[in-house]
Amino acid sequence: MFDNGEMNDLATVLRRPADDKLAAAHSAAARVRRLHGGQSDTRTLETLPALSGLLPGGALRAGAAYSVTGSTALAMALMAGPSAAGAWCGVVGLPGFGAEAAAGLGVDLDRVVLVPEPGAGWRSALAALVDALTMVVVQPPADMVVTGPEASRLGARLRARGGVLVVCGTWPACEARLSVSELSWSGLGAGHGHLTGRQVTVLAQGRGTAVRPRRTRLWLPGADGEIRPVEDTPLVDPAEPGWVHEAAG
Amino acid sequence: MIAWFPDWPVTAARQAAGCPADTPVAVLDRGRVMACSVSARASGVQRGIRTRDAQSRCPDLVVLPYDPAQDARAYEPVVSALEALVPGVEVVRPGTCAVRARGPSRYYGGDAEAGESVAGRLAAQLAGAGVTDCRIGVADGPFAAEQAARATTPGEHRVHVVSPGGSGRFLAPLPVSVLERPDLADLLRRLGLRTLGAFAELPAADVLARFGLDGALAHRLARGQDERAVAARRPPPELDQRVAFDAPVDRADQVAFSVRGAADEFVAGLAGQGLVCTTLRVEVRTDSGAVHTRRWLHPRWFDAVDVVDRVRWQLEGSRGSGEELTAPVVQVRLVPDEVDTHGAHGDGLWGGGPDEQIHRALSRVQSMLGHHAVVTPVVGGGRGPADRQTLVPWGDRPRPRWPAGQPWPGSLPAPLPATVYPELRPAVVLSADGRSVGVDGRGVLTAEPAQFAPDTDLRPVAAWAGPWPVEERWWDEAATRRLARFQVVGVDGSAWLLVVEGGRWWTEACYD
Repeated sequence: MFDNGEMNDLATVLRRPADDKLAAAHSAAARVRRLHGGQSDTRTLETLPALSGLLPGGALRAGAAYSVTGSTALAMALMAGPSAAGAWCGVVGLPGFGAEAAAGLGVDLDRVVLVPEPGAGWRSALAALVDALTMVVVQPPADMVVTGPEASRLGARLRARGGVLVVCGTWPACEARLSVSELSWSGLGAGHGHLTGRQVTVLAQGRGTAVRPRRTRLWLPGADGEIRPVEDTPLVDPAEPGWVHEAAG
Repeated sequence: MIAWFPDWPVTAARQAAGCPADTPVAVLDRGRVMACSVSARASGVQRGIRTRDAQSRCPDLVVLPYDPAQDARAYEPVVSALEALVPGVEVVRPGTCAVRARGPSRYYGGDAEAGESVAGRLAAQLAGAGVTDCRIGVADGPFAAEQAARATTPGEHRVHVVSPGGSGRFLAPLPVSVLERPDLADLLRRLGLRTLGAFAELPAADVLARFGLDGALAHRLARGQDERAVAARRPPPELDQRVAFDAPVDRADQVAFSVRGAADEFVAGLAGQGLVCTTLRVEVRTDSGAVHTRRWLHPRWFDAVDVVDRVRWQLEGSRGSGEELTAPVVQVRLVPDEVDTHGAHGDGLWGGGPDEQIHRALSRVQSMLGHHAVVTPVVGGGRGPADRQTLVPWGDRPRPRWPAGQPWPGSLPAPLPATVYPELRPAVVLSADGRSVGVDGRGVLTAEPAQFAPDTDLRPVAAWAGPWPVEERWWDEAATRRLARFQVVGVDGSAWLLVVEGGRWWTEACYD
């Protein structure tokens, strides 16, 4: 019948379409990587240790957008890591940004720029800031709907620049959605004490391999001002409430 | 030759304050009268007395602060006017100029004629600026010439000429205090040497041995042997630009468009000197005669587009609600208030650093949305969370409203609210029986809060603390505040900072 040589030839012929497809896919992937900066898949930004457990990949990924709902403090905490490492941060559309609270969470105010009320020009303001700053926090106006194409255009700029976008609200294409629920404050009684710390549950839902939601209980912030995961043992001795001394002033 | 304008600080301060020429004026430096006008002096005001004494001697005295920069700035037009008459002017101090006398006296045919002519023309040219009194002294050296100028009187005898070689004789009867060396003058007086003439008679070698180098120099001045030459200044190049409109313009965008060419020339003129402008002063003159001046800082330096932006922002800031300006603009003047050498601000070989990109992006947003749209937060002192943070427009100097570092009793303990509303929002706090909760004059609650509505909907109170009373600035009627703060947590876990002020509840901040 057939000798070995012919057999091999036939096998090559039969296999070729699949190989071609694979090669085409590889070259397309390489082209995407080239276009969007060689390492955009792997570069990460400094992240607070307490938050790294929430995020897919364990850190803020350069070029990604994150959505935060239910807490401005959590958005500030996401800013704190890159800001402390020397990055410039921009905040668009948050007229009530509490600068002192942000500083308390570790944001360096010397490198923070606010555009509190951009009005109708918020898209162009956001685009200009994304082009220049490493970290941008934005709250889209309530009556504006961000469409998918808009988000993907902004996403391309983010990837090219290696910046991170944190959206207070919903966003069509984001790396992870963080939502805060089950808040419980400590330190405040019925007519006495003052707020000292709070525990929250952060629900993080990523995409791709991280699509399964993860729940984490966090101190945001704890009585010492730090953000950290809640452990089972009580961190403050209930026998001696800390507020007695402080509230006297 | 010395040109002297008596009481220059008074003239300058009067110009700045816009006082009429005949009001008695005193200029104060550190609580004491530093200079006063002729009319004030006539009622007994003297240099060195305290403000209170001066005001008791002359009740309608106008008291103005001393500002050396203002002094020098007001003197500049005078120097330019003098430079137009005689070349080679040295500014000894604001109010006094030295000029080499040889040229003018040859031109005008004698020292006295030259002095008269210069004084007359200067007085005529500068009368509009409130400068009326100009005295001239001519002598062998600047020191003797200045004393000669001081020996003049207003009116007819406004020029005093000391004949060549006669300086020593002229100076001899003057007291030693004119040397402006208080320690030396005091010592000389105690030695019985009360006049320059008596001092001048001492042998030069002995003076050097006893009083040192500075004493020897004073000795030569007293003898009229003042060899110091006049160090003529080079007139500074004209760097400011002005745009005048024949027909007054009443739209900000039209003004900004017309200023574009001048802005280009302004930046190019500075670049020609190897300079860049870091602080710009924009003066806008309207047809009502008012001049609106504003200084603009720049984190780097102004290019032409930045200059046009600043002019536009300044006009937009001064206009009313509509697009039209409150008064039509007749003239715009661009003055470089602070300049720096180009080398200190040049771009690197591979372009600027990352900060430059950031600055460009922020300036672009600023030119889209306005100067106050892009701000940097500064944390200062204060009790309320909104008082503590100041939002400074990008490019301005970051300075908090109230100084940080003071104790500020009554300020909030950490953690601080993440959202601080720029304006208070109305809130409702109700007791268990549905009545509004109040705080009485002694800071006691009328009832325990049971329900509250920090935004729109009512919710039960889970925990609360307060009232934390604050009584601020009771000494200032316009800024005084008397309020009490509360922290309230709802059953949904949200925490709020509420304020009760004047019987009404407000939401100040949210711990979100």
